[in-house]
Amino acid sequence: MIPSSFEYSAPSTLDEALKMLNELGDEAKILAGGHSLIPMMKLRFAEPEHLVDINNIPGLSYVKEEGEYLIIGAMTREVELEESDIVAAKFPIFLDAAKLIADPQVRNWGTIGGNLAHGDVANDHPAVMIALDAEVEITGQNESRWVSINEFFMGFYTTAVQEGEILTAIRIPNASGKNGNSYHKNERKVGDYATAGVAVNITLDDSGTCTAVGIGLTNVNPTPLKAERSEQALIGTKLDDAAIANAAQYASEDCKPSDDLRGSVDYKRRIVKTLTKRMIIKAMERAN
Amino acid sequence: MEIKIKLNGTEMTADVEPRTLLVHLIREKFSSTGTHIGCDTSSCGACTILIDGKSAKSCTILAVQVNGKEISTVEGLLTAEGLHPIQEGFKENHALHCGFCTPGMMMRAVELLEKNPNPSEDEIRWGISGNLCRCTGYNNIVSAIKYASAKIRGAELPSTEPKFV
Repeated sequence: MIPSSFEYSAPSTLDEALKMLNELGDEAKILAGGHSLIPMMKLRFAEPEHLVDINNIPGLSYVKEEGEYLIIGAMTREVELEESDIVAAKFPIFLDAAKLIADPQVRNWGTIGGNLAHGDVANDHPAVMIALDAEVEITGQNESRWVSINEFFMGFYTTAVQEGEILTAIRIPNASGKNGNSYHKNERKVGDYATAGVAVNITLDDSGTCTAVGIGLTNVNPTPLKAERSEQALIGTKLDDAAIANAAQYASEDCKPSDDLRGSVDYKRRIVKTLTKRMIIKAMERAN
Repeated sequence: MEIKIKLNGTEMTADVEPRTLLVHLIREKFSSTGTHIGCDTSSCGACTILIDGKSAKSCTILAVQVNGKEISTVEGLLTAEGLHPIQEGFKENHALHCGFCTPGMMMRAVELLEKNPNPSEDEIRWGISGNLCRCTGYNNIVSAIKYASAKIRGAELPSTEPKFV
């Protein structure tokens, strides 16, 4: 399978790329890792007239701690997250997720920015970012802005990134207190999208009371879902069995999965319930 | 579009359409047919090659994206000194039946061992999780990678006697 014809540019600066994207408007698509876009182009689900390859722009790939944030460059490859010491120490959730994203070869190319900007509800980073209460930096020709992850996903393959803009970085606030996070997805085989996935990030105070929590769900809703009722069920509790059971039950009720080859609605709700419970317990163990 | 790459150490140039996939450049323009096309959807790993030392699925990368980069394919494993340790491992452990997945498996294993010269069995199995084999059931492939690991490290080579499992 070969994509239909298109023009290709590989600008070497961000300014050049933004100028190009502004001139081309909706004819252009940004090429990052390409492991979602190129398969779609091969199947002719996407037929952009112009690809703007941002792989040659320096300075978009990094993982660093700055002030109260962990900041990740949009072009950071999945493999670089897997191998980052900072990530391993504070955000094991990325290691949980990275191991389950596609396979090693794809992770050598796939980028964290692309995973989010593609806007696919089946991707894993959206739920992880919701749990971590991340913000996304969107850069345009005249300004750049930070957008909460909760306002980022607008619908089917649609995000807050507008024409002429590039997602350039992701920042995650450092938690105060004892913090733990975890992610798991059920998949039929390596490389498959999630049947359902659950990301949990928990902060506890010294007495073991939950002071902050984020729960994100993968591929069980039209857009990546923040399980707010589940979060509320945990805040202020000591994460006792009853609180965890409530949170798991709410997550399974509040998502809207669809029937497909990966399972029925009922089956997926049960997976969500079980995974939510397990991920809360795992995050809690990591926090302590 | 004119592109220049280094294929297994040799400078090559080609005039390609932007939509040309890397695997087609390698197989059709450069006639290096050791790199296979299996699923053509980045699932099976038969098209795995190395780009600047990193394994990649060449069916899902555009030829224009590797302009100026070094590409290594299975054809580059054999040197004047003989078989590459991973090739010897596959040969000694009977790690292929039909051989279709073999070039991709070996190229993936080359990067795996480069990063982690002494992987555990679990690390090997995760390491080749993006490569499908429909004949051997993977056990001999895992043995081959363990063999290559020992060879590279100068450790004692594991037995290559068939194991009945």
